[in-house]
Parts: sequence; C-alpha cells; structure tokens
Amino acid sequence: MSPVVTLDWMPVCPLDRLDLDRGVAALVDGVQVAVFRTASGLYAVDNLDPVGGAYVMSRGLVGSRGGVPTLSSPLHKQVYDLTTGRCLDLPGVTLTRHRVRCRDGQVEVRLRQEQ
Amino acid sequence: MSERLVVIGNGMVGQRFVEALRARDTGGRWRVTVLAEERRPAYDRVRLSAVFDGVDADELTVHTPDDGVDLRLGEPATGVDRARRVVTTAAGEYPYDALVLATGSYAFVPPVDGTELPGVFVYRTLDDLAAIREHARGRRTGAVIGGGLLGLEAANALRLLGLDTSVVEFAPRLMPVQVDEAGGAMLRRYVEELGVTPYLGVATTALRPGPDGTVAALDLADGRTVDAELVVVAAGIRPRDEPARTAGLPLGPRGGVLVDASCRTTDERIWAVGECAAVDGVCHGLVAPGYATAEVVADRLLGGAATFPGADTATKLKLLGVDVASFGDAHGVTPGCLDVTFTDPATRAYAKLVLSDDARTLLGGVLVGDASAYPALRASVGGPLPAPPLALLAPAGGPGAGAGALPAAAQVCSCNAVTRADLDAAIAGGATDVPALKACTRAGTSCGSCLPMLKQLLDAAGVRQSKALCEHFDSSRQELFDLIRVRGIGTFSRLVAEHGRGSGCDICKPVVASILASLGAGHVLDGEQASLQDTNDHFLANLQRDGSYSVVPRIPGGEITPEKLIAIGEVARDFQLYTKITGGQRIDLFGARVDQLPQIWRRLVDAGFESGHAYGKALRTVKSCVGDTWCRYGVQDSVGLAIALELRYRGLRAPHKLKSAVSGCARECAEARSKDFGVIATEGGWNLYVGGNGGFRPRHADLFATDLSTAELVTLIDRFLMYYIRTADRLQRTAAWIEAMDGGLDHLRSVLVDDSLGLCADLDAAMARHVTSYSDEWRDVLEDPERLRRFASFVNAPGVPDPSITFTRERGQPVPARDAGHRRQPVVLGLPEVRR
Repeated sequence: MSPVVTLDWMPVCPLDRLDLDRGVAALVDGVQVAVFRTASGLYAVDNLDPVGGAYVMSRGLVGSRGGVPTLSSPLHKQVYDLTTGRCLDLPGVTLTRHRVRCRDGQVEVRLRQEQ
Repeated sequence: MSERLVVIGNGMVGQRFVEALRARDTGGRWRVTVLAEERRPAYDRVRLSAVFDGVDADELTVHTPDDGVDLRLGEPATGVDRARRVVTTAAGEYPYDALVLATGSYAFVPPVDGTELPGVFVYRTLDDLAAIREHARGRRTGAVIGGGLLGLEAANALRLLGLDTSVVEFAPRLMPVQVDEAGGAMLRRYVEELGVTPYLGVATTALRPGPDGTVAALDLADGRTVDAELVVVAAGIRPRDEPARTAGLPLGPRGGVLVDASCRTTDERIWAVGECAAVDGVCHGLVAPGYATAEVVADRLLGGAATFPGADTATKLKLLGVDVASFGDAHGVTPGCLDVTFTDPATRAYAKLVLSDDARTLLGGVLVGDASAYPALRASVGGPLPAPPLALLAPAGGPGAGAGALPAAAQVCSCNAVTRADLDAAIAGGATDVPALKACTRAGTSCGSCLPMLKQLLDAAGVRQSKALCEHFDSSRQELFDLIRVRGIGTFSRLVAEHGRGSGCDICKPVVASILASLGAGHVLDGEQASLQDTNDHFLANLQRDGSYSVVPRIPGGEITPEKLIAIGEVARDFQLYTKITGGQRIDLFGARVDQLPQIWRRLVDAGFESGHAYGKALRTVKSCVGDTWCRYGVQDSVGLAIALELRYRGLRAPHKLKSAVSGCARECAEARSKDFGVIATEGGWNLYVGGNGGFRPRHADLFATDLSTAELVTLIDRFLMYYIRTADRLQRTAAWIEAMDGGLDHLRSVLVDDSLGLCADLDAAMARHVTSYSDEWRDVLEDPERLRRFASFVNAPGVPDPSITFTRERGQPVPARDAGHRRQPVVLGLPEVRR
C-alpha cells in the first residue's frame, strides 16, 4: 500500500527549530523526510537509507566534499551529494530529494513525485 | 584443455610460486594441485619466533585462498613415478604434466647420543614451537645446540619461556657464517647481558637423561656439563631431496635437487624451487633467493626464459633490541679488498664495511648493535658508497645514508627483488604513499626492513606525504589537538575558519568533537558541538541496523546489586526491550526508539544508573574477576580496583574506544591482556600491561611496569591515556599507536615513567581536570528541555512513533522484523513454488 501523494507544500516546523548542520525527520503525507539547514541552504531528502534500508538519514552528518554539500549515512557512512541525491561512494545509488522552502519563518516540504 | 601441475610442498616459497603462476596464467593453462605435509597452509617461517612474543600463529599465514588451486593439507607425497608421470600419496595418485618440488629443508640433527630423548626438539615448524612451549612449562633450564642465526632465535625463545638458557656453538664465535670475529665478540656481550650463557668453540658429545627419562644435561667435549631440561637442536638445515633421490634425479654435491639456472632438473617436466633446489649445485637457505626461484619457474611454465639471478645472502637478526646484520662479502674474501671498521664500546656498536681495492665499491659488511644503516648499505652493494664510510657507520647512519643517494639498480627490497628503479617508476606512476608502493611493487611486504627507505624514496622524489585528516584539514589529528589546546579554540567553525576549509565532513567533525570533549569543552550536545557528533554520540545511545537504539547503563567492574538488576529488568520489560549481557560484563537493552530514550534514561537514572558510554569513542568497561574477596587464588582486590578505574576514566573521549580489565591473580580470568590497558595482580602489587586489543586483529598487551602500588598504577594509567589521547591518529587503537611510535614501548616508558619529554605534570593535570569535571551525560540531557526536544521521531509529529520500527519475537524476546525496511525483504530466487 503506497501513501497518497498530494504534492502540496506541507509546513514542517519553524526555521529556528532546525539546528545548523543537523537534521530532523518529518512525516509528510505519510512519507519520512529528512530536513537539513546548512550554511548553503535548506535540503530535504528521503529519510530511508537506500543502502542500509533503515529510516535514519536525518541522523547523518552533513558536510562538504569538493565544495559540494553532503550528507553521510549514519549506518555505513556512504556520502551523498545533497544537491542531486547522488551517492558519491557507490555508483548507481541515489537518495530521493524533495522540495523544501522557508515561508514566513516556517519550513515547508513538497514531495517530489519523480524518483 | 589445461595441463596438470603438481606442486609438492606448501611453504613460503611453494606458496609464492603458486601465487606467481596463478597471477600470470590468465589463460588458465595450468590446473594446480598442491600437496602439503603440514596441516596448516603456508606461513611465514622467518617470523616463527614471533609466536613467543604473543603473535597469534594465524597472523603468520602467507596463504591466499584460491579456488583455482587444489590445496591438499596433511597429505605428503610418498613417491614420484617419472615413467608414468604420477605423484603418489597415502590417499591416491596425482598425474602431472609438470611437477614442481618445493619440499624445503629439514633441521639437521648431528649424530650425538641422546638426541632421541624426550625434551629434545628442533626449531622448524609451528608444531615444534608448540611442543617446546608445552615442555618448558614448570622447567628451569634449557640449551640450544648451535649458535647461528636460528640458534640465537631459539635461545631467545627459551629465555622468553622463562628458562635459564645456554648456547653451545662449535665455532669460536656466535653467528660464524654471517659475522666476523670482532662482531662476534660484541654479539657475545649482548647475548650474555640477556642472561644467555654461551659455550663457544666446543662440541656437544652427548645428551643425558635425568631420573624421569627426559633430557637433563649436555656433556661437552672439554669435560664440562651444561644443565638443560629442554634442548633445541639448531645445527643447520639440509635440503629435503628424498622425492628427487628416490625418483633417480641427480643431486647437488652437498645434497639438494640439482637444477640449472632455469630451475629445471634433468627431467624436463620436473622443476625445483626454494631450499630443496641446488641451483647449479648450490642450495640457498634464505627466503629471498627462494622467491627468486619461484618467479623463475612460474615464468618458465608460461613460456618465458627467466633465469636465476644469483642469491642475496644478506641477513638481519633482532634479538630483543640487539641488531645484527650482515650482507654481501661480509668476511672480505674478495682479493685485495679493504676493511673499514668502527667499534664503539660505549654504545656497544660494531660495524665493518668491505670495500674494493680502490675503496670505491661497497662489497659487503657487518653491523652489530645498531643496524640502522643496513637497508641503505645492503642496497648499495656492488655500487658506490652513498656517503663517506664514517658518516655511514656512525650510529644513526648520518644524513648521507638516505635512500635518495642510491643508484637506480640498487635492490631496496631484497626479499622481493625490488630495485630503486622499480620504486621510482611506481612513484612516477602515481604511488604517493607507502601502502601504495607496497601494493604495486610488493616492496616491504615480507620482512619490512626496507619500509623506512620507501618513505625516504618518496621524500627524495619530492612526494609530500600527506598527514592531512581529510580534505578540510591539512593537519593530523595530533596537530589539531595541539592547535585547539594551545590556542584555546572552542568551536569547530573557528577551527575550520582559521586552520581548514569547507564545512567539514563525517571524518573531521567527529575527530574535533572528540578533541573538544577530551579538553573539557562542555556537554557533547551543547550548541554547535551537537552538530559534530556522529549519530551514536548525538543520541547518547547505539544505533542498530533497523534505526532503533540500544542503551547500556554503566555497571562499574561488573558488580551490581540485586535491586539494580531488578530495576534494569523492569525497564526492559516495560519498554519491551531485547536484553543481552555484553562481552564486557554489562547489560545491553535493544530496540528503543529515539523518542523513548529519555524515558528509559529517566527510569535508569532514578534507579542510580548513569551512562555507560557504550556509544562513544570513550572508556567502555573495566572488566574484572572476583579477586581475593571470594576467589581461592586471588591475591588482590580486582573488583575494587576495576570499579575505581572505571569511575575515574568514565566519559573520557579518545581516538578509539578504550577497554580495560583487572585480574586478581596470574590465572587472568578477566582477560586483561586483551585490553588497551590491563592490570594483573601479583603478590607484590599490580602489573600493568598496555596496547592489547580484541577485535579483527587481536593482540596481547605488553608488560609495561611491574609490582606497582595502587597510586603508582593510577598515575601511570593517567599518563598513558592522556598521552594517547593527545598524540594518536584518528581511530588508531593503542596497539597501533605504540607500534607506530619511534622507539615503541621503550620510548613510551621513557616518556611516562622517566618524564623524558617533561610532559608528565601536564598529563597528570589534564587527567585530574577530567576526573573532577565529569558529569553524567544522560542526566544532563534530562535536565535540559532544549536538548530533550531533539529526542522525537518526527519534528512535526512528536507523539507519533516511527512506524518503520517493528519487531518479531525470537527465543521469547523482541528482535527487529526482518522485512521492516523494504530493502531487506528476502528475495526468493529459483525456488519451486508450493501450490496450495
């Protein structure tokens, strides 16, 4: 049974609830999303670790590799490019990204339909 | 259709031959069967004695599993039928198209009465060593017949087994083959100082039994008697040429399978490699020429034209700090050659260089006491000296002795015949560090004595060897520690702004988090520090495979009251946690969701528990036996000490997790020697061991200090831990840290005991700060609503549990449901469907 995808912007939390460089998990239309605030902006990706199969990406460390903002899986440390979702350590592995913005001090997420 | 190759023997050379052939036989020309006499696959016989230093026998293995090779262990060849081209064993027959003899050699036992007595051994295989160790138990005296390279190794082994050891050598000096008279005299002084008694220039005439029938004494030709309840015969080796002899193949003048420079016997289908091969009539008893024969035959069997390049007889021995090396024409037999010698009675160093008559070409040499110049000198044999003789011979080599001065043809790694030109080519091809050089040239992969030269060659080639932690910092962990400490840097953002670049990563952030925690920069979840913590530290619990966490309360020393046991049981029951006793005498509670962690901690803290730091690179547990409180054998209170140590160092962040144990007597029930620091009680106090570990590469800790009072012990452990925390690399265990240290354990002792670097007061003060500033991390979170807020499964639905975490039951307890994450769903392939 797959969740209903409405593709609406959903408020998640106030911006000041997000610590710099540290993620939170949110439930958006039944989908677990990991949301991050870094010096280069807001990012939202699937909370599911595509390699480890557990919902933990919100607990990964953010950083950079070659100037690109990155997120590492807390399970086995594969590193993902936050801007594309592409895994930088394993070819062919991708983390689903979602849209995220800040409106009136509220962080909002809209699920991406395409995989 | 592939051809059949049979190899008799699976020693170091036989194994090297098979690997060389398999690596090059990409077309699958040869189907390989190896018949091995011993029941364990090939191991490093050169390092045999290391098992007496606590190295596990499995670590010596040199065998690489290869499905393409039929390795038959414990199945020695019993005959070779050249007419039918068949090798027979007790189990069957193996037809061959080519046969390689790699039978090695056996220990020569001279015809002396009594060598058949129980308690007389040779020193050849791991089984021999195990038998020696067994027989040595409870005995006091031992002797070695033979004062050569192997005899001295055996003598050191007996010494390490606690025997009063004698060495009987027929020649007038020790190591007569490698060392000259003056070098032998220096060596004798060293050996005597180690407590080994040499009897030189005298033959053993008989071995005599005691009343119990086992060996008890040696009779010498000069009428003296040497007490020995254990005797090792190390009087040389002889090639094992029986298969060739019985098959009617010609032998060398002094034994060995006679082969030509292509290592082929007179039978064109039979070859010989290693110590059993008499190449052009001469047998070579060292591994380097053996490897060369292996490479030659591998090449020939694939259609090549390689020939044996000649033998490098260089040898180097290290007997508990005494270096002995000899190389090239060590005895100066070249007509007209010149000697340059250097003797320093103060440092007890002796060195000799043998030069050509015009003093321009190095022919050979002997080094006793300090062999640091050995790699450079050995590599220079046959070429010009890399520096003036005195600069080379003075202890520590001098600046001119570097590898950078070597000619291109000089062999830097003689074990694997790697020249400077090979290494320069690898460096030019992109090898930028020692591991890369080892991988692409094999240099440094056998005895390792050339490793310093690999570094020098990288330097000489202008390769800057990076100690950078990651792309964000050019500094090593140790340098970052000093920067943060000395400049008082309190945040990652300031550190990266002033001394790094970018925004950090999963490598540097946890390192800096650990350094800040070691320097007492406040709670690990305070402000920016929280963003640096790896997930375990960030949630003060251990992330498990399904995204749930496990919780380990501290149980110091493993001692726990019934009330506390009940409290843990009630928590586990109420939160439905899987419960297991850990390997470190604690109780692990699995299956907690992020949002349950504070509730669980609250219950545990109220029952008197605190965080066990199972999540951090920190002190974990100090395990203990029951000690003299209950045990019939205990001589000290191991539980009391373990509790005191665990409480003293709790929460101490380090480059790697730290484990410890205290045993109440030498029976060692707490397994203290497998820990980073371990304590074993003696009648006279405490013995401290350091640098052990379990894990993937287990290692026993080394004895650091003996018979300490409790105060002395604690001071030494304080310094050991603080020095480790300040200077080790990221994720470097204490064992690797000590191994990588210039001077190793002796250096560590001089720093921590003799205060040779003047650091001790500082280390003591740092530990005192840690001890007084400790506070429980769980309690701190519970008392702070800001920090507590982070413990929610979902930021926008704090009351909703994570639906992905579900359990099934196994043996009456919850375990992660295997199909909880959709990626882990089992996929059935090619199984018949069951119709219902």
